[in-house]
Amino acid sequence: MIKFKLNGSEVSVDGPEDTPLLWAIRDDLGLTGTKFGCGVGQCGACTVHVGGRATRSCITPISAIAGAEITTIEGLDPAGTHPVQEAWRDLQVPQCGYCQSGQIMQAASLLKDYPSPTDEDIDAVMGGSLCRCMTYIRIRKAIKQAAVAMRSAKTGETSNG
Amino acid sequence: MGRLERIAAEQDRALASATGLSRRGFLSAGVGGALLFGFARQARATQVFPAGAPLPPEQFEPTIWCSVGSDGEVNVNIIRAEMGQHVGTALARIIADEMEADWDKVKITHVDTDPKWGMMVTGGSWSVWQTWDVFRQAGAAARTVLVEEAAKILGVTPDKCVARNGVVTAGDRSLGYGDIVGQARPTRSFTPAELTKLPLKPASERRMVGKDVKALDIPAKIDGTAMYGIDAKIDGMVYGRPKMPPTRYGSKVVSVDDAEAKKVPGYLRYIVLDDPSDTVPGWVVVLASSYPAAIRATDRLKVEWTPGKTAHVSEKDIQDHARSLIADKNGGVMVVNDHGVDDAFSKASSVFERTYTCASVMHYQLEPMNALARLNDGVWEIHCGNQWQSLFLPVIEKSLGVASGKVRMMTYMLGGGFGRRLNGDYAVPAALASKALGGKPVKLILTRSDDMMFDSIRSPSVQTLRVAMTGKDTFHGMQHHAAAGWPTQVMAAAAMSKGVDGKPYDQFAIAGADHWYDCGPLRVRAISNDLANDTFRPGWLRSVSAGWTSWALEAFWDEVAHETGKDPVALRLSMLNGEGPDGRNKGEAPDSNGGALRQAAVLKRLAEKAGWGQPLPKDTGLGIATTFGQERGMPTWTAGAARVHVDRATGLVTCEKLWLVLDAGTIVDPDGALAQTEGGALWGLSMALCEGSEIVDGTCKDRNLDTYTPLRIASVPEMDVEFIESTEKPMGLGEPGVTVVGAAVANAIFNAVGVRIRHQPIRPEDVLAALKEKSAA
Repeated sequence: MIKFKLNGSEVSVDGPEDTPLLWAIRDDLGLTGTKFGCGVGQCGACTVHVGGRATRSCITPISAIAGAEITTIEGLDPAGTHPVQEAWRDLQVPQCGYCQSGQIMQAASLLKDYPSPTDEDIDAVMGGSLCRCMTYIRIRKAIKQAAVAMRSAKTGETSNG
Repeated sequence: MGRLERIAAEQDRALASATGLSRRGFLSAGVGGALLFGFARQARATQVFPAGAPLPPEQFEPTIWCSVGSDGEVNVNIIRAEMGQHVGTALARIIADEMEADWDKVKITHVDTDPKWGMMVTGGSWSVWQTWDVFRQAGAAARTVLVEEAAKILGVTPDKCVARNGVVTAGDRSLGYGDIVGQARPTRSFTPAELTKLPLKPASERRMVGKDVKALDIPAKIDGTAMYGIDAKIDGMVYGRPKMPPTRYGSKVVSVDDAEAKKVPGYLRYIVLDDPSDTVPGWVVVLASSYPAAIRATDRLKVEWTPGKTAHVSEKDIQDHARSLIADKNGGVMVVNDHGVDDAFSKASSVFERTYTCASVMHYQLEPMNALARLNDGVWEIHCGNQWQSLFLPVIEKSLGVASGKVRMMTYMLGGGFGRRLNGDYAVPAALASKALGGKPVKLILTRSDDMMFDSIRSPSVQTLRVAMTGKDTFHGMQHHAAAGWPTQVMAAAAMSKGVDGKPYDQFAIAGADHWYDCGPLRVRAISNDLANDTFRPGWLRSVSAGWTSWALEAFWDEVAHETGKDPVALRLSMLNGEGPDGRNKGEAPDSNGGALRQAAVLKRLAEKAGWGQPLPKDTGLGIATTFGQERGMPTWTAGAARVHVDRATGLVTCEKLWLVLDAGTIVDPDGALAQTEGGALWGLSMALCEGSEIVDGTCKDRNLDTYTPLRIASVPEMDVEFIESTEKPMGLGEPGVTVVGAAVANAIFNAVGVRIRHQPIRPEDVLAALKEKSAA
């Protein structure tokens, strides 16, 4: 039995140690927002945060995450209003939406590392996330919009003490 | 005992000895529960279905398309699949606008199959175009009754009433739609004849159509709550994965050995499918208590097949066959065959001819094919996302051997359609596996490699185009011959069109060649590539034939322009004159009002915007192309330009910017229209430069993203999209953006470095080879 934290709650999964985290989250723990795309870590649809880092859950065995804190799209923000989600909503980014949980999780992670991402930063980090509907123009725009919102929120907090 | 029965009996014995359970025993034992925690969501996650609108106490349903509740809520029934177009939003805007509803109270329900909906299909960029009249009439019906009933309650005549935003007002008194339904309890319904006579609002009175709106499906796609087919869950379901036969057709199972598979914890059994519909011949399905177990057990299951006859067919074989079919003047079907075309070519001073080819293209919709099937109360339920339910219900019925009406498809969001889910073949193995378990729920998921092996690809194609030269710089008469696999012939033969020679042909394997140019007498010949049809199941893929016929046609006009010393834009404009043989390019109301002159208008606007004719940096070129979108009968007038840079050292083509100008008539949902066009244009770019597979030993060689490489974010160019303002009937926008890009890119490469690449995708090595050949010449 492997125990870890999922979106802040203690959970445990009873299955072979090499079970991919993706299927534990989707089928055992019932959170289906994380998606199965390529199964080999090359499309990004299964991206979750492990200890705050964007991780491809389809190639991460549950044995590797014992005791870790996992965040999925359902847990990114309790109200679904993370600045990245707000920007995604405002710019109407998703089309079919299937890759978007992964895109959002990857983008949220990107903005932690690069609060003011350049186009090159975005290309490098988001290059692993395939959008078959090709919503890339809006993904780029939304990341920049979210970056502005996060920076101004931070500035606001700082100036307020 | 037949071979299949023997295998089944062996499996049953093996299962009983391995688990101590009979088949019945293991079914009632269900799947192992492996979870120990609680989320609010988990409690309701045991059976997950899309939420329908809850029924308020009173409902007024003037047509099957919408209802108004006594709580004021308006529900709109959507029979189209949601696969990224925000189709429910666009369609609901049409009905709500005509109804004068309060948009904040409008909900949509993506309905399950039912004969009452008529033909359920989502493709061809048809949805808005097909629904425009139906939903305006349905909206008018609701408004008419609500106004009449309000007038009675208010004691005035209907002409004294004004309906706006879900409220009917007469003088200083008003009643909400919900109050009207609650008080009057209207029951009036309309015959189709009555519906067509209802007065519709003029364009000047539209309050939602053409105005910005937030798509109703988007919030659930941002917080992880959107339900796709792969998310469907039913208590007690088992997971299945197919073991794929070596050929799409004709493979027969010789033996199955599951000794290794049995070592995988959770492995339950395998089933050799017996499919009367012949949709999945030679399939073996592996069942397990979890999907990872199903994946592993399938990898370890050893199956020996006698392969079908196409086991060694290559892409080259298929393309060579296409060339021989084109060379044979007698084959194929005449789609256009103008009087005088033979005469024009026999009198020609010379013939200018070019041949264009396209490689196999794969869908790679991000949600792999899947379906959950079970028998529930005497009806087989298939839970999945699907684009053409009306086509596949009969196939599933045949495979199960049940009567018409005994199968229902339950609707989910689609993790990408792009035409792949027009072909519902993936539902058949799920249904058959469930049948083998007596109707217990089976969730069958294809891994990506299974999905790609089973893809219903865009057939490789060969096209030869000719014009009859009448001098050094003039021509009169044209021929366009196209050979490819025919999806509609294989899957929906009854839906094929008839050529001018009376023979059936696949309109989705030639549309785009029946163009609006006046170039003298025209012959368009569509040829079915039987070797392609036998080797794989040709599919409809986003923009279908218009994605490849337009590439050839528009690359060819560029070549003709250079051959005859004309400007490519000017040559096209001279032929987009609204005339042509029998005046066929004048257009017809309501769909193609204005005809070819509207295509000329988008091209002119594009040339202006993109700076056609202006100098560009070295090795940089601008290329243009224009199409009528998907179909001659539903033209979305489209013009596109690509600016590319070619690296002479590596052959790498970089698309720096795309411009598109479209006249799709009335634009119902402007932001949705833009999103579809952006995505479509990038599909076009991806197919032009990044995609393309190859048939090797009877199946596509690519199995995942390691070798199949669709466009990623770093290669996305700047984009400028403009829609011409119009109040004409709305056409489609899901695909037209695709159609212009391939040729625009190829033409831009020529303008940048002077080489013509006549094969798609355009790979750096092709560019290098062409550059080398040019410098040698």
